[in-house]
Amino acid sequence: MNAPTSIVGQPLPRLEARAKVSGRAEYVHNMRVPNMLHAKVFRSTLAHGRIRSIDVGAARAMPGVFAVYTGEDIRKLIAEPYYGPAFHDQPILAIDKVRYVGEPVAVVLAADVHVADNAAALITAQYDELAAVYGEVEAMNSRAVVHEVLKPAGTFADLKYLKDKRDTNIALDFHLRRGDVKKAFAGADHVFEHTFTTQQVLHLPLESFATIAEPGDGSLLLHSSTQSPSFVRTEIARLFGWPDNKVRVKVPYLGGGFGAKVYVKSEALAAACAMLARRPVKYALTLEEQFYMITKHATTLRIKSGVMKDGKITARECEVWWNGGAYADIGPRVTQKSGFTAPGPYDIDHVHIDSYALYTHLPPAGALRGFGIPQLVWAYESHTDMIARELKIDPLAIRRKNILREGRPQATGTPMKDAALELVLERLATRMQWDKGFDKGTGTVKRGRGIAIGFKASISPTTSMAIVNISADGSCALYSSTVDMGQGSDTAMAQMVAEVTGIPIEKITVVHPDTDVTPYDMATLGSRSTFHMGHAVKNAAEDARDKLYALARDVGLSGETTLIPDIFRKKYGMLAGNIVGVGSFIPGYTPPNADGQTDNATPFWMIGATGAEVEVDTETGEFKVTRLVNLVDVGKPINPAIMETQISGATVMQLGFTLQEQMHFTNGQVTNASLADYKIPGIRDIPPMENEAVDAEQRSGPFGAKGVGESGTFGVSPAIANAIDDAVGVRLTSLPLTAEAVFRGLAKKAGRELL
Amino acid sequence: MNTTRTITFTLNGAPVTTTVGLHQHLVEVLHAQGLTGAREACAQGLCGCCTVLVNGIAVSGCLYLAVFADKADVKTIEYSPEGKLDAVQESFIECGAFQCGYCTPGFVLMVRQLLDEQLDPSDDDIKHYLAGNLCRCATYPEVVKAVKLAAKKRKVAA
Ligand code: FES
Ligand code: FES
Repeated sequence: MNAPTSIVGQPLPRLEARAKVSGRAEYVHNMRVPNMLHAKVFRSTLAHGRIRSIDVGAARAMPGVFAVYTGEDIRKLIAEPYYGPAFHDQPILAIDKVRYVGEPVAVVLAADVHVADNAAALITAQYDELAAVYGEVEAMNSRAVVHEVLKPAGTFADLKYLKDKRDTNIALDFHLRRGDVKKAFAGADHVFEHTFTTQQVLHLPLESFATIAEPGDGSLLLHSSTQSPSFVRTEIARLFGWPDNKVRVKVPYLGGGFGAKVYVKSEALAAACAMLARRPVKYALTLEEQFYMITKHATTLRIKSGVMKDGKITARECEVWWNGGAYADIGPRVTQKSGFTAPGPYDIDHVHIDSYALYTHLPPAGALRGFGIPQLVWAYESHTDMIARELKIDPLAIRRKNILREGRPQATGTPMKDAALELVLERLATRMQWDKGFDKGTGTVKRGRGIAIGFKASISPTTSMAIVNISADGSCALYSSTVDMGQGSDTAMAQMVAEVTGIPIEKITVVHPDTDVTPYDMATLGSRSTFHMGHAVKNAAEDARDKLYALARDVGLSGETTLIPDIFRKKYGMLAGNIVGVGSFIPGYTPPNADGQTDNATPFWMIGATGAEVEVDTETGEFKVTRLVNLVDVGKPINPAIMETQISGATVMQLGFTLQEQMHFTNGQVTNASLADYKIPGIRDIPPMENEAVDAEQRSGPFGAKGVGESGTFGVSPAIANAIDDAVGVRLTSLPLTAEAVFRGLAKKAGRELL
Repeated sequence: MNTTRTITFTLNGAPVTTTVGLHQHLVEVLHAQGLTGAREACAQGLCGCCTVLVNGIAVSGCLYLAVFADKADVKTIEYSPEGKLDAVQESFIECGAFQCGYCTPGFVLMVRQLLDEQLDPSDDDIKHYLAGNLCRCATYPEVVKAVKLAAKKRKVAA
């Protein structure tokens, strides 16, 4: 066997690169199986209503239609057809009530997808309209209630207190108390309070949600575009009352995920249809239908700080209202697990956080690249600059003064460890040449610059398992349920196996998630895979290597120096057998007490900062981002090339959410559900960008690495808003940032009234 | 009313005769032929994921009715007469110009067409030409690099 190479840290191309550039990579949306039916859904046109009747007669009569089902048909198959990761609140098809425009009400199956589509358009429904609530703050005390009774999933001990709660839209309230905020406010030289909002947006992976469900004999095979195969298996099995092993979930590549495809999405309906029809069923959504599946929380954030003359922040109070839409999805976890970072990466002794997950009559909101963090950073980093401006302190100086230093406790009381906040801030300052003069522009074109820094805790505690299988010929397979949705996990994990075993990467394959074959993994989300699955993979590879060496010793050879085939040949007399190494990982974690305090809130911290330069036209309010500098702490990167693509990809996505993307609604109906009316960034929308991972190490991480998929999003929105303020003295507090908003701000400053 | 037609076309160099619905677009028909490199995302002619070459010209397969492909020469990303990657594909790999890869076939076909028209496109030319190709993973900076590398490779080969 060869000595370990140094393959971790190399910018290798993706393992599947050839398949992707030649159009041969497999995605569920493009798959078909023999004898398959297509499912097309009829959706609610009302935000809130009691279902009086559903008329499926015309649809059923259409030639070529195999079947039409409603919630009542599903209920005959599954007594309690409600699913969800935190709450069992979402019906497979609406039952009794509809709770948002776009909610699936009935489904048509046909062998021809166009027949299914046309038949679905013939379905009608009668409702008794009920009052609806759309705003997250309004939902706190609204008479319109989305769910009569809360139904937390039994699996979460910390949600038990919500069971059977009635007549509230608050799905979860999270509170953190540290120090004595009241006293600190009283003793502060200044108190600042600002309110910010963010808009509802969505993921829009170019491959929409898709599941093909093949029924067996009391079992199901699902091919699905999911980021969480293990969860899907357990949840679908629970719905049918089966053991886990009756459901098999297979995942090829994903055409993007970004948090959209976690937990159950298209799977439950496909599975139910397949069991009712006893035929394979494909439920593939159009891009337009993504607007009705899952979105990112709109939020309102109030933040109040006590500050001393010199800029030292002594107290902070945060209130965050998350607009979760009609079904909780993972929103309650966003409220908690991101909520505790709401005061920002600053050393503040007295902190008070209230964070509320709210039900409203809008399409559900879940996790989107950052798990709530970009909304929080938007508020606290805008707030930081507003304070600095009032106190006439430089924006960099106020951050330097307050930044959380290594070893200091964060709001939860957990000390910061391997969190290169200071270094990221300093590198950003250097790259922006912050201490040099800055050309503020002339005439009607003014220039400005801004910075922002944010951080995120990895969701804890979560588990990953992996298997490394070495064949007698010296080739090797890694079995892992991590889903490669474009982030390059297959390649990074294979690099780790190669590093540990010394087997060349060309001889390593990564077996894609297949719950009958690949072991459990919590999910591919929240930038957790490099760290958690990385550890499991490293452990499995080490186990395999140790077993191989032991086998070699058994037959009087040295594992270090003998070629792998020779070891097997000597043992089995021919090229036969294999070595199986297993690995698992769960990080340490201490659950927070009633005040949200814990000494171990997270296994690692992600850090991201952005510097922006802008040009603003003072006559029209139009502005252009002329430079973006992105700094992150990713520990030691496993694959620097893929890592950089992740940083810039995340930044551009957040740039879309900052400048152009917004779901528009009329009476709960989204009115811009297409790429024609909802513009995502194209190649001409990309400003000059620089990305840098600071020289850091996550000592507790595999090979010093940690997650990177979201860090590029953190600072983008506030950095740009701060730069606009720097240029023209207009402060925007709502996303997206538009020319109109700047124009209105300029007019207001000039004392002009606008309609 | 007869709502189907039998069409004959050349698909990646081989003749194909098939019956299609009048309403069916080219991507659907290609998928039925087992070719999924052209794929539907927006279905509105806005993203380029469904790009197909009809008589040598890139079209949006999601909008192009299959009946119009009758007697045409149709080429998809899978077309590879020599069985190896071309300069554009190699450059995409070397520059890491994709993540999930869903949009990649469309980009590759458009970049080939661009380089057929312009030997040495500037950044602006590239961005203008690829304005109709969307990538949600946002690997745009890498795509621009890959186009430039491919132009260089083609020059060396010529
Ligand atoms: S799917 Fe044809 S252009 Fe988007
Ligand atoms: S690589 Fe994912 S959409 Fe372009």
